[in-house]
Amino acid sequence: MSTKSPMRMREKAILRLVGKGFVPFILLFALYTQFHGDFGPGGGFQAGVIFAAGLVVYGLIWGLEAVQRLAPPLLVEVLAAIGVLLYGGTGVATMLLGGNFLEYGAFVPDHTAHGQHYGLLAIELGVGITVTAAMLVIYYKFAGRALPEDA
Amino acid sequence: MPIEAVLFAMLIAMAVAVAKLRDLYACAMLTGIFSLLSACLFTLMDAVDVAYTEAAVGAGISTVLFLGTLSLTDRAERPQKFRALPVLVVVVTGAALMYGTLDMPAYGDPEAPAHQHVGPDYMAQAPVEFEGIPNVVTPILGSWRGYDTFGETTVIFTAAVGVMLLLGRRRKKKKE
Repeated sequence: MSTKSPMRMREKAILRLVGKGFVPFILLFALYTQFHGDFGPGGGFQAGVIFAAGLVVYGLIWGLEAVQRLAPPLLVEVLAAIGVLLYGGTGVATMLLGGNFLEYGAFVPDHTAHGQHYGLLAIELGVGITVTAAMLVIYYKFAGRALPEDA
Repeated sequence: MPIEAVLFAMLIAMAVAVAKLRDLYACAMLTGIFSLLSACLFTLMDAVDVAYTEAAVGAGISTVLFLGTLSLTDRAERPQKFRALPVLVVVVTGAALMYGTLDMPAYGDPEAPAHQHVGPDYMAQAPVEFEGIPNVVTPILGSWRGYDTFGETTVIFTAAVGVMLLLGRRRKKKKE
């Protein structure tokens, strides 16, 4: 990450240009995948992976410090847990509303299909958050290992 | 059919190239292309969700993580001597797998277990229970198989926790 060998410096002009063009679209496409899962292929898992890939590309080009300013390691670690909690919490919420665990129909008692829709949105968001955060945690932990030797 | 043949031929070419090349950056990109070709094949088989996952995971995050790893290590693989035993193991395993596919139902066979078991029920009930949701895969995975998906999410979380525990080097240590 922090190596400043001549090869990396030479690559940088092209990398920066391509990265600047692509990273926003990768992130936008991840959000599309996240919130459009009901209508097309995709869902939380794919969206999370794509979003994380976008951020890792950002980290590869601008460095680990830059991407960790954008998504601090502590925040990412907390988010990994929050995603699972959101999923499990949706299940607990349906139980409190009188349904079974993860029986989303309970959200809108008069209209089961609407309840299913809300429940799916919530759990897919949980999956997306956890997958993004887990991938970033793994990337941070591996990429961060090179730092002590350089320091 | 011809397009499948072309894709499979390219798939084999990628696999051979990855095995032969010593340049690890090239290998990382080629494995990404391998995944994209697989995704194209899945799309041709109407398995769009599988293709999507293959493209996102295989061509997306895996390639990017490979590149991230390579920036920490050497660019080229050390040349290795030809060894007979690994080749034998690979050939025997490959032959066993191919032999195994002979028992599988033909592609698109309506009598296949996948089309006979819970599939028809799902297809019949999904429009009733999830009216207005065009993609039936999402509600099946998220609602009817909600427990499984919860388990999978937990597995991913556990993987992150495992990496944190193994490689965890919090800021505290840095200050010492």
